[in-house]
Amino acid sequence: MFVTGLLATSLNMVLGFGGMYQFGHAVFYGVGAYTLALFLTKTDLPPWIGFLAAPLVAAGFSLVIGLICVRLSKLYFGMLQISLGSLVWAITFRWYSLTGGDDGINGIPLPELISSTTGAYYCTLAMVLVSLLVMFCITRSTFGRIFLGIRDNPERSASIGINVKAHQLVGMVIAGFFAGVAGSLFVVVEGSVFPDLMFWTLSLEILIMCLLGGWFTFLGPMAGAAIIVAMQTFVGSYTEYWTMILGIVLMLAIFFLPEGVLGFLLEKLAIRSTTGTGD
Amino acid sequence: MGCAANLNLAAFCQQILVGLSKTTILFIVSSGLSLVLGVLRIPNLAHGSLYMIGAFLTYSLALLFGGGGLGFWLALLLSPLCVALAGLLMERGLFRHLYEREHLMLLLFTFSFTLVFGDLVKLVWGSEYRSLPLPSFFQGSIETFGLPFPKYNLFLLAVGPLVAAGLWYLTNRTAIGKIARAAAVDREMVGAIGINVSLVFCAVFVIGCFLAGFGGALVAPTQNITQGMDHGIIMETFLIVIIGGLGNIWGALLGALIFGLTDAIGILLLPQYAIVFPYLAVIIVLTFRPNGLLKSTW
Repeated sequence: MFVTGLLATSLNMVLGFGGMYQFGHAVFYGVGAYTLALFLTKTDLPPWIGFLAAPLVAAGFSLVIGLICVRLSKLYFGMLQISLGSLVWAITFRWYSLTGGDDGINGIPLPELISSTTGAYYCTLAMVLVSLLVMFCITRSTFGRIFLGIRDNPERSASIGINVKAHQLVGMVIAGFFAGVAGSLFVVVEGSVFPDLMFWTLSLEILIMCLLGGWFTFLGPMAGAAIIVAMQTFVGSYTEYWTMILGIVLMLAIFFLPEGVLGFLLEKLAIRSTTGTGD
Repeated sequence: MGCAANLNLAAFCQQILVGLSKTTILFIVSSGLSLVLGVLRIPNLAHGSLYMIGAFLTYSLALLFGGGGLGFWLALLLSPLCVALAGLLMERGLFRHLYEREHLMLLLFTFSFTLVFGDLVKLVWGSEYRSLPLPSFFQGSIETFGLPFPKYNLFLLAVGPLVAAGLWYLTNRTAIGKIARAAAVDREMVGAIGINVSLVFCAVFVIGCFLAGFGGALVAPTQNITQGMDHGIIMETFLIVIIGGLGNIWGALLGALIFGLTDAIGILLLPQYAIVFPYLAVIIVLTFRPNGLLKSTW
């Protein structure tokens, strides 16, 4: 849940704060996971290099894909990203000698410190918290402010001399970097990787988490991920048709809570504190 | 040596024909998506689910009517109609209230439909593969370029242009088509001159759903009908619509051709990586023509 939450938060860096329709975010997650997995299985280098490389390689992919996509806007941007993502997915799916094809890579040897469940848990928790903190600082920095400005009014931002495309690109690279961190943590938790980590349905699922939790708030995606993972666990234990329930809940949410759960709660709190009635 | 070259050329032409019959299906499904995108501005991810439901319904209806030739034709006609009916309910019940929302919201709303429909199919048809046998008169193949070519694919090759012509007639020669095109450009103005835009939208959505169901019905006898066939088709049709130009029917045709043919040629060149080729084509097109090949209504 923490890993998914981190992934959703990294997506929201560009989605909620940059207003960019990042539809292929899962690719960077998958690339991060595969990078670490390949480092641990195919090389004798010390593991920490793999952990360092995973986010960097993901950020590199993000840079390349960003360079191609960033000229486009909104839906076109998103769809080009999906097709680039599908390309990466398809290659991963078929390149048996390197990636294990559709079977993925199983039984990845983890370093001793994190091979136990508790070790993995604390390592993941720490990494997630640090990443969240860094991302929070980024959103509060000058760069974050400029990013918000671009989301709200790209033309005006451009007219006051901000290089909109360059900022969007940097935003994508940052988001890709943290998606890579999330990907490496997936390996720590699961000990395996498979191509579905990059499939576009996962990209949309994390988009849903952002929207459900509230994409205009920093912690919204985390809340969204928590809600969905909790639903999956509880509803999934009662019926195998839990995605249907999820679909219905989602429809209701889109109808009645366009700001997301956290956005809705914050709005309620804001109204209470300003009117001061609070019954 | 010369003989081998001939054989390769024959195999090439053959493969092109197979690609073209795949193009037919892609075109029919993506033209429906393109209509909905162009006029209603709904990026309808549930379109692929409707296609899947169309295929499953065709399977069940064909068996219900005895599995013979008559049953096949009836199923081919009835299942798209059922899908269109589902579309009617979706539009009147839900989408109608959401037109003013952001595209992202609409996209996710339709995605939640795919979740529901996916499980609905699992509930009704279970999760094993289904396959619909071809009626006897479509079985077998004829010789083309000295190689056997399935009769049913020939039928598909005939259906494609028919649907294209029908859509051209609908959008260019009928009142509703003209109103729909006008509403795509400026819906307020169309509403202001006293036309019930809401009804036009509904009609377009239903036609779009019909086309999704029809594509599913046509594909039913050619491949395994499975859960998850919605994921593949929706991505393909979306990319087709994007590279063709959003909301442009001829763009959908062009995009389907590019997709179907690069896929066919990819199978010849590098079978293992064939699925990569259409995506490459999309990337090349969008790199040079970011707004699609033909004029978009957006």
